[in-house]
Amino acid sequence: MPRPGSAQRWVAAAGRWGCWLLALLLVLLVTGPGCASEITFELPDNAKQCFYEDIAQGTKCTLEFQVITGGHYDVDCRLEDPDGKVLYKEMKKQYDSFTFTASKNGTYKFCFSNEFSTFTHKTVYFDFQVGEDPPLFPSENRVSALTQMESACVSIHEALKSVIDYQTHFRLREAQGRSRAEDLNTRVAYWSVGEALILLVVSIGQVFLLKSFFSDKRTTTTRVGS
Amino acid sequence: MVAELGMRIFGIRPGTGLVSTMRTLLLLLWFAARGSALYFHIGETEKKCFIEEIPDETMVIGNYRTQLYDKQREEYQPATPGLGMFVEVKDPEDKVILARQYGSEGRFTFTSHTPGEHQICLHSNSTKFSLFAGGMLRVHLDIQVGEHANDYAEIAAKDKLSELQLRVRQLVEQVEQIQKEQNYQRWREERFRQTSESTNQRVLWWSILQTLILVAIGVWQMRHLKSFFEAKKLV
Repeated sequence: MPRPGSAQRWVAAAGRWGCWLLALLLVLLVTGPGCASEITFELPDNAKQCFYEDIAQGTKCTLEFQVITGGHYDVDCRLEDPDGKVLYKEMKKQYDSFTFTASKNGTYKFCFSNEFSTFTHKTVYFDFQVGEDPPLFPSENRVSALTQMESACVSIHEALKSVIDYQTHFRLREAQGRSRAEDLNTRVAYWSVGEALILLVVSIGQVFLLKSFFSDKRTTTTRVGS
Repeated sequence: MVAELGMRIFGIRPGTGLVSTMRTLLLLLWFAARGSALYFHIGETEKKCFIEEIPDETMVIGNYRTQLYDKQREEYQPATPGLGMFVEVKDPEDKVILARQYGSEGRFTFTSHTPGEHQICLHSNSTKFSLFAGGMLRVHLDIQVGEHANDYAEIAAKDKLSELQLRVRQLVEQVEQIQKEQNYQRWREERFRQTSESTNQRVLWWSILQTLILVAIGVWQMRHLKSFFEAKKLV
């Protein structure tokens, strides 16, 4: 019959180990599957839009953003960790990509700000990748090694994912180019109409101004003459 | 005795860091079980719009979950069942293809029939203004497009595919999506080229017109001034 003291100590030790085992299990469970969010949204002028995500410690995350339409095609971006420490801060950027590893658990926040712009609203695209993509088989099959066919499939899958990623960026650049061209077209149209009006006003004004000079001079010459 | 042992194992002992660690870990487990997704805050009458530029015949699935700020408990609680979100989807021609109200947790699906920019707008349908009480609604949103929208577990079960067959099916779906996107790209480039050429034509005709106007005005000016000077007997 063991002494009550040693049993207590054994229970305490077992409790501590049990806790750490549970912790390890939870960490593995939580850092295993990840998620990717690709969102294109409209940011009105003088507005700030923030997004939040709960990330576990040790997860590798990537934030990529691109401005598609609006003004000078730039936006302020800011990424903060759960304690409010700024991990990434850039002003007036058109496109950027930032990779970081979460140093602590909690809610990470990233904000896009268009507060420096007075009347142009922007369309911003961002892609926030947290951890790895969830595996195709969420159940047990992770234990056995992959056959050659399966590893070939996995490498083709990864290659196709990067093709899709490049395609997305190409599509965004094309949208941006198209937006710039349409903006230019509008500006050229307004400028042409404005220039035509100015031309008419100036030419008619010139004629009448000139006529008015000669009318005054005429009366003075007659007075001088007589 | 067993209960006490259980309590001891799970470290329910005041005054140790284990309790706070356990709380954090249980919170994490709660997050993992709920499914981590991006979230943002939305005001009561605010409408948030998201744009998806997609080729035709592409399926889009959106999942959302709302939480309301509980002032008494000072944290976000799942919203009351009465509070729903109104989801409106417009196609590139501004025609509404989906306009439905969902509950506080919902899933909306649509398939595009024309390629282009589709707009997904969300706003809350709250009629009881006191429900928000000046706070914000937290919306967890997840939008999956095309191949990402496929549920492979369901496909494997339905078609009884082996692991290798499922992997190949995933590759086939990915390649199909790439193909659709490339087609859409070609169509867009063609439209862009047409727009550029029409702009070019317009600029050309406008320049010619402006030169003619300039010449005509010059001629008019000279004739008008000449007749004026002749009338004034200066010429």
